[in-house]
Amino acid sequence: MKFGVVRFPGSCDDVDALLAAQRVGEAVMLWHADRDLQGVDAVIVPGGFSYGDYLRAGAIARFAPMMESVTEFAGDGGLVLGICNGFQVLCEAGLLPGALLPNVSLRFVCRQVEVEVMSEYSPFTRACPLGEPLSIPVKHTTGRYYAPDHGLADTQVLLRYAPGQNPNGSDRDIAGVCNEAGNVFGLMPHPEHAVDPLTGSSDGLAIFESIRAHVADRVVA
Amino acid sequence: MTGRTITRGGSPPGRTSDGSRAGNFRELGLTDIEYELILAVLGRHPNEVELAMFSLMWSEHCSYKHSRRLLRRLPTEGPHVLLGPGENAGAVDVGDGLAVAFKVESHNHPSAVEPFQGAATGVGGILRDVFAVGARPIAILDSLRFGEPAESERSRYLLERAVAGIGHYGNSIGVPTVGGEIYFEQAYEQNCLVNAMCLGLAPHNRLIRSAAVGPGNVLVLLGALTGRDGIGGASVLASAEFGFDGVDGVADKRPSVQIGDPFAEKKLLECCLDLLDRDLLASLQDLGAAGLTSASAEMASKGGLGLDLDVARVPLREPGMEPFEVMVSESQERMLCVVTPDLVSEVVAVCDHWEVLCTQIGSVTDTGRLRVLDGNEVVGDLPVAALVDECPLYELDPEPPDAPIYPPPAAVLRGGEEPATLLLALLASPNIASRRAVFEQYDCIVGSRTVRRPDEADAAVLQLPGGAGLAISIDGNGRRVACDPRAGAAEAVYECSANLACVGAEPLGLTNCLNFGNPEKPHVAWQLEEAVEGLARACEALGVPVVGGNVSLYNEAPAGPILPTPVIGMVGRLPDASRAGRIGFAHDGDAIALVGPFAPSLNGSELAKLRGVAPVGGLPVMEPRAVRDAHAAVRDAVRAGALTSAHDIAEGGLAVALAECCVAGGIGARLKVRIAGGVQELFGEAPGCAFVVSGPEQAVAALGRIIGRVGGHALVIPGTLEVAVSELRAARDGGLLQYASSAVWSE
Repeated sequence: MKFGVVRFPGSCDDVDALLAAQRVGEAVMLWHADRDLQGVDAVIVPGGFSYGDYLRAGAIARFAPMMESVTEFAGDGGLVLGICNGFQVLCEAGLLPGALLPNVSLRFVCRQVEVEVMSEYSPFTRACPLGEPLSIPVKHTTGRYYAPDHGLADTQVLLRYAPGQNPNGSDRDIAGVCNEAGNVFGLMPHPEHAVDPLTGSSDGLAIFESIRAHVADRVVA
Repeated sequence: MTGRTITRGGSPPGRTSDGSRAGNFRELGLTDIEYELILAVLGRHPNEVELAMFSLMWSEHCSYKHSRRLLRRLPTEGPHVLLGPGENAGAVDVGDGLAVAFKVESHNHPSAVEPFQGAATGVGGILRDVFAVGARPIAILDSLRFGEPAESERSRYLLERAVAGIGHYGNSIGVPTVGGEIYFEQAYEQNCLVNAMCLGLAPHNRLIRSAAVGPGNVLVLLGALTGRDGIGGASVLASAEFGFDGVDGVADKRPSVQIGDPFAEKKLLECCLDLLDRDLLASLQDLGAAGLTSASAEMASKGGLGLDLDVARVPLREPGMEPFEVMVSESQERMLCVVTPDLVSEVVAVCDHWEVLCTQIGSVTDTGRLRVLDGNEVVGDLPVAALVDECPLYELDPEPPDAPIYPPPAAVLRGGEEPATLLLALLASPNIASRRAVFEQYDCIVGSRTVRRPDEADAAVLQLPGGAGLAISIDGNGRRVACDPRAGAAEAVYECSANLACVGAEPLGLTNCLNFGNPEKPHVAWQLEEAVEGLARACEALGVPVVGGNVSLYNEAPAGPILPTPVIGMVGRLPDASRAGRIGFAHDGDAIALVGPFAPSLNGSELAKLRGVAPVGGLPVMEPRAVRDAHAAVRDAVRAGALTSAHDIAEGGLAVALAECCVAGGIGARLKVRIAGGVQELFGEAPGCAFVVSGPEQAVAALGRIIGRVGGHALVIPGTLEVAVSELRAARDGGLLQYASSAVWSE
């Protein structure tokens, strides 16, 4: 199992994502200006402020050469996980429905929140314990998810903020969504910052373990 | 440093022999005497470029001309020190071949003028100081002071925008803001304080100095384009009082404030560390106040060499900039380095990869002169020593004030209140209330090292590779320093060390930022001198060296000086990060003990402030050995994993400390002893000396007197007060939130 973490100029949580992925498998950095995916089994588009995000979060990163390869990889059914800025990039790239808008508070918010897993079948959540909320931190200014009703099936919502935990005013408490095919997943909470009780929580590890389990099954199949 | 000494008032005002230049040098902030000295050193009049360079290098901000002699009093040596004062940041050994570099620096004047960019570039500047020595920044802390939020719309505006600016820069560049402190006092109304501290981590062999080496080597400028922003920031902005036009007048100074670009700095940071990992640089220096002038002069001075620098090669943001503008521009996100000629092409390739601009702008010489060229024309030629070493050092003329300097604050409490009412008022006071509304605007976890976040413990804790931990605390209560500069400054050192003890960390070193008023005024000079003496003695008593720092003077407006505010940032190490202490009571039935010398006084306390008492009166005198022993005892118990919680008794005294432990843990406590001393024992203060700890009875009894037990839903002090934890929490949560933002949106 080999993860690839896309590194843009301005990525901040790239090393964190790499370290988290390395807890369940191999992981390598993928430089934004390259095109070679180095044979990875899953791609992580990490958090941060790609290219400074001065225009609109994720708006420039979608044009990176590496994103062409990622889009092709996703089209072939490859697993792509976008975290925070990565979620914004995937929405901008059209790989996920909807958009991330500025938080209702118009402020950056860094907070540990509880999220509920809505599906036990997704490649991204299959290892999550059923019925137990995950404690995972959020940290963003532009995390209020919005999608028109007809643009998003309920089955595409994989994560919701637990009641009273919505930190940004997201539509229907949505914290994470997947594409129709189910192989591209974006979320605002940072599972890579919840992989060790020493630094707060290990609940996010289940996301990475889900990906590993899915890839392992596929290899066997 | 061998600067001359001038005794203020000892010489008559100098007469300049050239009337036409007089206005010019005065506008640039030089005095008549200083201009005469320049003439004597050069043997001629300086030209426009040279005069601009002198005005910056001889400014208070760059030369420390009013504080340098005093700073020699501070102990700077210790077994862990790798880099001491004088480098871009100090550094201490943290074991396993790793070093931690750190420094605190002020950005007060720019933040008073434009709080968002002022605070943002304060963070950007301190980050550069840390990666300039080869360390990867891993944590930011900040220390903020504003006027009274309840009374001043301007203070609420400064708070909101400064916090937003710090978050903007730190969050965007991916360095966590893990701690800080904020105080609100009337004396900061005109001069807010924004001090930012950064810590970085480096293998020993990546640490690099700024001294220029090797005549013939190439001087390379890295990073952003040079523009007209920040011209004169160090001299006309940071080294003078704000005038009688006060708050409104600051708008005129906005062009002197720089604009930050965290994305540019993120690339610059990764690029510099990559260059150092490849061993491609001979020396490295950041460009901060006074831009190219200061960076080049400091590099040449430290190396005992000269530099030739061609302003025509400096990439500009706008056309038509004069040579002097290029030399003094404070455009952000730039670094200067020395490269051997054979490695230049490799340096260029690394910079290309990171999309960082890289330009050869000059060379190292053996002349001892800083020559500024504009193409083939020499537009400035100065002995480096004249710029760096010949600045006159001023003797202070200290005199204790014979009347109180600071007026009493408005009374919030009228007297006669019950202890429970006092406790709730203290918890809701902006100086004590929860900082959540502020720290939630900062990313405190990026980097995957943060073991203790804000509000979880008395100090921030980061994990090191291999399982050890780093602890960091920043503190400085100006009101107490105003009461007694010597004792108050010592308290700040004790308080930081106590905070570290609560997480189990032993201090390795500290950095300080001395924020004071106009040192030319005798009572401010006295505050400064006394505070430095207090710092020095406390450092000696605890065995903690000062590895670097910053001085910010002239924080003064027509209404008077700020409270004397030495801010201490202390760094320590604990062997096992997983045993880092926590603040909150947790286990029903745990015993609570009072540890350390406990002799609280209401002088300078938060309660005295709420009662409308001016900051006057002596502070409790602490026996340093007793303080040191108490810190060691708590530290050892935390390290042994013997305690459930540890918290030092600071603002608001014992009752507030107990309430904070209850709120953090969501559980009550019942004291079994009566509080004999009444209000003074409940709410009196003596920061940095005594602790409240909880844990199994045997463990805490070994440390101090058992005063009660954890349990229930209220804080109960028999015969004195009983308040539900939920009520304590509500008071504490609302105190700052109402001012930090009228629009904070939460569940």
